[in-house]
Amino acid sequence: MTTDLDRLLLIRHFERALLDLFAKGELNGTTHTCLGQEIVPVALAPLLGPDDHVFSNHRGHGHYLARFDDPAGLLAEIMGREGAVCGGVGGSQHILREGYLSTGVQGESLPVAAGAALHLRGSGALACAYIGDGTWGEGAVYEALNLAALWALPLLVVVEHNGIAQTTPTALAMAGTIGARCAAFGVRHVALPAEDIAEIRAVLTPLVSAVRTGSPLVVEFAVNRLGPHSKGDDTRSGVAELRDWYREMSDLTGFAEADARAGDLVDAVVRDVKARPLSTWSRP
Amino acid sequence: MRVVENLNHALREVLAGNPRAFLLGEDLLDPYGGAFKATRGLSTSFPAQVVTTPISESAITGVGAGLALCGDTAIVEIMFGDFVTLAFDQIVNFAAKSVSMYGTRVPMRLIVRLPTGGGRGYGPTHSQSLQKHFIGVPGLDVYEMSPLHDNRAVFAQMIAAERPCVFFEDKVLYTKRMHEVDDLFTWDLADGVARVHVDTPPDCVIIAPGGVTHRALAAMRRLLLEQEIVCTLLVPSRLHPLDAAPLVAVAREARSVVVAEESTAGGTWGAEVAHALHRELWGVLRNPVALAHSADSIIPTAGHLERAVLLTETTIHDTVLESLK
Ligand SMILES: Cc1ncc(C[n+]2csc(CCOP(=O)(O)OP(=O)(O)O)c2C)c(N)n1
Repeated sequence: MTTDLDRLLLIRHFERALLDLFAKGELNGTTHTCLGQEIVPVALAPLLGPDDHVFSNHRGHGHYLARFDDPAGLLAEIMGREGAVCGGVGGSQHILREGYLSTGVQGESLPVAAGAALHLRGSGALACAYIGDGTWGEGAVYEALNLAALWALPLLVVVEHNGIAQTTPTALAMAGTIGARCAAFGVRHVALPAEDIAEIRAVLTPLVSAVRTGSPLVVEFAVNRLGPHSKGDDTRSGVAELRDWYREMSDLTGFAEADARAGDLVDAVVRDVKARPLSTWSRP
Repeated sequence: MRVVENLNHALREVLAGNPRAFLLGEDLLDPYGGAFKATRGLSTSFPAQVVTTPISESAITGVGAGLALCGDTAIVEIMFGDFVTLAFDQIVNFAAKSVSMYGTRVPMRLIVRLPTGGGRGYGPTHSQSLQKHFIGVPGLDVYEMSPLHDNRAVFAQMIAAERPCVFFEDKVLYTKRMHEVDDLFTWDLADGVARVHVDTPPDCVIIAPGGVTHRALAAMRRLLLEQEIVCTLLVPSRLHPLDAAPLVAVAREARSVVVAEESTAGGTWGAEVAHALHRELWGVLRNPVALAHSADSIIPTAGHLERAVLLTETTIHDTVLESLK
């Protein structure tokens, strides 16, 4: 059985492997890893059902791997190899799969998620959209929040507040707070540290149930981005001192074994995908 | 000097020359200095004039228009030109129209900089060439960065015109060298158009915006060495409104004309250029002006798929051959 720890470690090793492949020149384009933010999608995974629609963003590998046990399909997508989720067309930040979509334009997904929520309204399913703190700069976010509250949409907005957008600290980009902005629309808001998975689920289970019956919710997680924005572009100092669940959990019994398993699994996936032929695409 | 350094110097000159000139955009501050480093060092030299912004393309373009309305000079960087769609209203319905819709001429010194184009594996939302969407907007000038046009002169011209401008910067140019052409050819600059040529009259004239310069030159080299086909390349700095006269003068002497651009098919700048040439040279041209562009397609992420879609040296080479048949 796959445990939460296994999932966390799979995501961690997957992201590390990507940066490694980039460093070796084996990946083309760009990527945004979720190193440090793995707990958020892993904690949410059992709260979301197969009929729910997840909208992910540029930093979406963890969102995908927490929903689908498919590291090979994702890596093949990023490397443009056979077996890629979207034929290598979309790449790291444009993925479509049943109940799951990501796109690379900030803020764009929120009105779309509101539309999906309107479609789902009354069915018991919800639309869940992940956005970062920086994306609160986009006007579309507010237009969508207004509609969500006005139309009682089953919309769950998950904010991964890592204190930085690319290189811009939140303090240089946001006046006021996310909580106060939600309050202005009468949208329920809850702020949580991305630390204790059981506690996150305990707090969110009733709130997410309420979303399903038309009470939109913004959950704001405090997280640390431990990696660069994309690759080799970190302008911060002191990143090594930031809290990291990986370090903190490493004394748990069974951690070392689980860590080795996840590492081996990702190594095998990398070997497998690298050996595959290039993906094919018949242009529509 | 690299193109990005030349661009950086141009921005520096604008800021140094006018304390009421501003540069706005996301992640512009040092030490990062902008996603493509065009603004590196500027926030340190001009802290009061370089403004880093939230992720708010519409608002920051509107703010630029507001500054321009009040007589300041505003340069807005959209991190990836793809996101200019978010600022389309501010550019088309406010900035460009304001120049004339109030019955008197309102000068607007607003430049929106747009890092553009594919070839880097950034995928469908970070690789587009959206020039065509800005062609024919009354009051709006469309420019494209070129390795043959000194950005300092181009920025001076855009500001002097006192009309809003969109300035497309093909991302592949940033690391290329300024003013460097294949040693088979010589080049000169007249009336805002760079001309790259050999001493013989051309079989084919290729007209291309700055971002296509290197692909066009590579095609020209191959055509000359392998088939003794002589081409002249014309690179205008301002794409719209187009000054057709210098293009017409050269095209008149050639057996065929090809307009090459990275835009996807349909409603292209090239079609507009072709129309202008057809009007002037109907009955003189031996063949219709031929268009070379990217496929009618989104731009995929994976390198092998992206190459199959985008305009390449080979697209230009083959279009030239076809045009001479
Ligand atoms: C509309 C738009 N503008 C700019 C960008 C470039 N960009 C990609 S990610 C990013 C920062 C996003 O910050 P945030 O929302 O805080 O998410 P994080 O990267 O911290 O996870 C920026 C500016 C974009 N993708 N889309």
